[in-house]
Amino acid sequence: MNKDALMSFLSSLVVLAVGLLIGFVILLVSNASSAWEAFRTILTFGFRGIRNVGDVLLGATPIIMTGLSVAFAFKTGLFNIGATGQFAFGGLVAILVGHNFEGLPNGLRIILALLAATAAGAAWGAIPGLLKAFRNVHEVISCIMTNYIGMFLVTFLVDRYAFNPAIGRSQALPEGSNLPTLGFQYIFREEFLPGFYRSSQVNVGILIAIFTAILMYIILEKTTFGYELKACGFNKDAAKYAGINQNRSIVASMMIAGGLAGLGGALLYTSGTETMSAANVLLPYGFTGISVAFLGLSNPIGIIFSGTLVSYLFLGGARTQVLGFSIEVVEIVISVIIYFCAFVFLVKTFLGKHIGRLLRRGKSPEQDRADKGGESA
Amino acid sequence: MRNITKEFPGIIANDCVTLQLKKGEIHALLGENGAGKSTLMSVLFGLYRQEAGEIYKNGESVQIQGPNDANRLGIGMVHQHFKLVHNFTVLENIVLGVETTKSGVLQMKEARDKVLSLSKKYAFDIDIDKEVRHISVGMQQRVEILKMLYRDNEILIFDEPTAVLTPQEIEALMQTMRDMAAEGKSILFITHKLDEIKLVADRCSVLRKGKMIGTVDVAATTKEEMSEMMVGRKVILSLDKNEATVGETILQVRNLSRRGNESKSGKAQLSNINFDVKAGEILCIAGIEGNGQTDLVYALTGLSDIDSGTIILNGTDISKAKIRKRTEAGISHIPEDRHRHGLVLDYTLAYNTVLQTYYTPRFQAKGFLKMKTILDYARKLIERFDIRSGQGEVTSTRAMSGGNQQKVILAREIDRDPQLLIAVQPTRGLDVGAIEYIHSQLLAQRDSGKAVLLISLELEEVMNVSDRILVMYEGEFVADVNPKDVTFQELGLYMSGAKRSEVAV
Repeated sequence: MNKDALMSFLSSLVVLAVGLLIGFVILLVSNASSAWEAFRTILTFGFRGIRNVGDVLLGATPIIMTGLSVAFAFKTGLFNIGATGQFAFGGLVAILVGHNFEGLPNGLRIILALLAATAAGAAWGAIPGLLKAFRNVHEVISCIMTNYIGMFLVTFLVDRYAFNPAIGRSQALPEGSNLPTLGFQYIFREEFLPGFYRSSQVNVGILIAIFTAILMYIILEKTTFGYELKACGFNKDAAKYAGINQNRSIVASMMIAGGLAGLGGALLYTSGTETMSAANVLLPYGFTGISVAFLGLSNPIGIIFSGTLVSYLFLGGARTQVLGFSIEVVEIVISVIIYFCAFVFLVKTFLGKHIGRLLRRGKSPEQDRADKGGESA
Repeated sequence: MRNITKEFPGIIANDCVTLQLKKGEIHALLGENGAGKSTLMSVLFGLYRQEAGEIYKNGESVQIQGPNDANRLGIGMVHQHFKLVHNFTVLENIVLGVETTKSGVLQMKEARDKVLSLSKKYAFDIDIDKEVRHISVGMQQRVEILKMLYRDNEILIFDEPTAVLTPQEIEALMQTMRDMAAEGKSILFITHKLDEIKLVADRCSVLRKGKMIGTVDVAATTKEEMSEMMVGRKVILSLDKNEATVGETILQVRNLSRRGNESKSGKAQLSNINFDVKAGEILCIAGIEGNGQTDLVYALTGLSDIDSGTIILNGTDISKAKIRKRTEAGISHIPEDRHRHGLVLDYTLAYNTVLQTYYTPRFQAKGFLKMKTILDYARKLIERFDIRSGQGEVTSTRAMSGGNQQKVILAREIDRDPQLLIAVQPTRGLDVGAIEYIHSQLLAQRDSGKAVLLISLELEEVMNVSDRILVMYEGEFVADVNPKDVTFQELGLYMSGAKRSEVAV
């Protein structure tokens, strides 16, 4: 592992540890007697039994996708705070496709649902992209607006076309419109009575998310398209100097980011576990995606791991309700942990300085200068 | 200052440096870029703390924790980039930080008298009630000097004070420095210009790569000897230049105009610019910073639009063409700000060498970058242009020194085999060795029949390198001269707008 990757990994661990520590303090304040038990639950529940491992992967799928969405835009110097709206819009389109097109075979219908959701997310992402490129409207402002427009639009359309009054949410999809589980239910299960099993509903979605992350890595690192996008993100003046069409890059980047989030929405709502709320709430997945992207240092491969980790914490956190912790406290704890993750760049810089100095102790100045390659004072 | 050592991550900026300053002397501190001159002075002024070593004043060891300590000890500094509040008057700037107050109310009368008398003593001719943003750069420097004098500083540090001045202003500054030294003040003068040292300094200390090479008596040392101390090898100070063989016209600019931003003065940034650049010549556009040179370059390279006029490259009208079209038509551009336009600092050296060509079939196939070809190409350029870096072609460009960063740009732009090479201040902030190299490369381009357009603020560069000089003042050309028929002083007068001649196209 090279030095930079090591620093990234170390700094992620450090922020996580600090976050956990403060989370523990909050647990102590809330209920001292079972705080330690709750803390242990948060840290270990995801590994208690193979079924829980499956649930961690299931929970990781949508937030890996929104994490990738935020990270992709970030590589082009854009802050996609609109992943939530793109996610909701994509999820909605997947639900609508799932309920209709009965004439299509199941496999084709699912593929159509995923593609349509990706396109819908991309269209939703294109709005702030176009506004930024041609009207110089800051993407954060227009993303917040598209989030709310998306939210109301989703409520309206769920209500009209897929409403289940019994639960006040969208109608569950017919079995054939859900993602295939590829036999995962026989792996990620636990025997709660002899001969009776409870299975995790983890499905092909997690594989799609991992595949997407790898694809994104290739696009960013190996193609001329990625070269242009990153050049715009790192230094837009130099990109202009090199004749790179910035407006095109901005729109393309926001569309791809939107598409990723839209696909994430589809993967959630076609997993057979979630239905869409018809109340006006902003979905948390887009915002969690920001934390996931930060924690993964915007590296697609890193995001696979950070998404899984955040999902792991959520699962354990939810479990502490059994110990009498209210869901609000649990959410505060998890949020604090994620909040600290935002400091990861700061810690990385700090570590880079101080560990760098420790490492240099062993070396002579001449050697060190040779490593640095000329001076730059 | 004895045995000062200052470390930064990855580099020792000052390695056991000892420097002695006498009362009433002008002491020059000479060194290449990155030699540690500014760091040493920043330690003295309290901006950095040294890791080892001591500072003595009048034989006593002193601790300097910050600029306030330095001030108390009578140490003042004129920074390269002035530290002035632009919407304050000259007087307000001078007293800022040491205001006299009576129960919280400013007492400016005393300050005014003192500043006026100081200004008179050194013949500064400065209106102390003008806002700083309305006075010239040379005047702003005088404000900085007055700041030090007002605080009764005895040790005055000047960090490259002549970089922004016209020849006339430089002369005045030199006189002021001599006057102040005669008053018994001690002056430390950071520079890499040997002529100025010869002109004004008593002694000269030379730093190289953070180490003190030695202190010499200026009168008894030649320029060649000093530059050798600085660079560590023999340097050819004057360029070996043969006559230009001028060919056909490559670039033709006619009636080029561009209005200024309305938020500014509304005055034209470029008005009615006409000129040609021919194959095999180096045409230099001289002028003081901010007189439209940047706008002209932006207009030629397509970084900004023009209002009227035509730009013709090799017979093709490119007035409206996009940046990439112009690049492909044969314009190479070494930009003024290498960090802003020239490089993507977070990219590797190799990635930066293909910034203009990454999309060509040579470096990509079906949308995928040909990594191996790019790395091989970067290695070739590294060898040919002697680019030094820590990890070769995969070095992060940010980690490279300024001179080597500039070489990356130079290599990239020259290797594209352009028709017209536009070089904007290509040697700014570089040391003698790098300057020498870049000048020789520009000449080599000229001799191979390219048209070279050089935009420079450095008079020495203008006189040495160019075959023809156009002087720009407030968005217009005010002189068209041959470097052989013009003196430094004359050029200075043109540049400051005091003189103008007919400019024939």
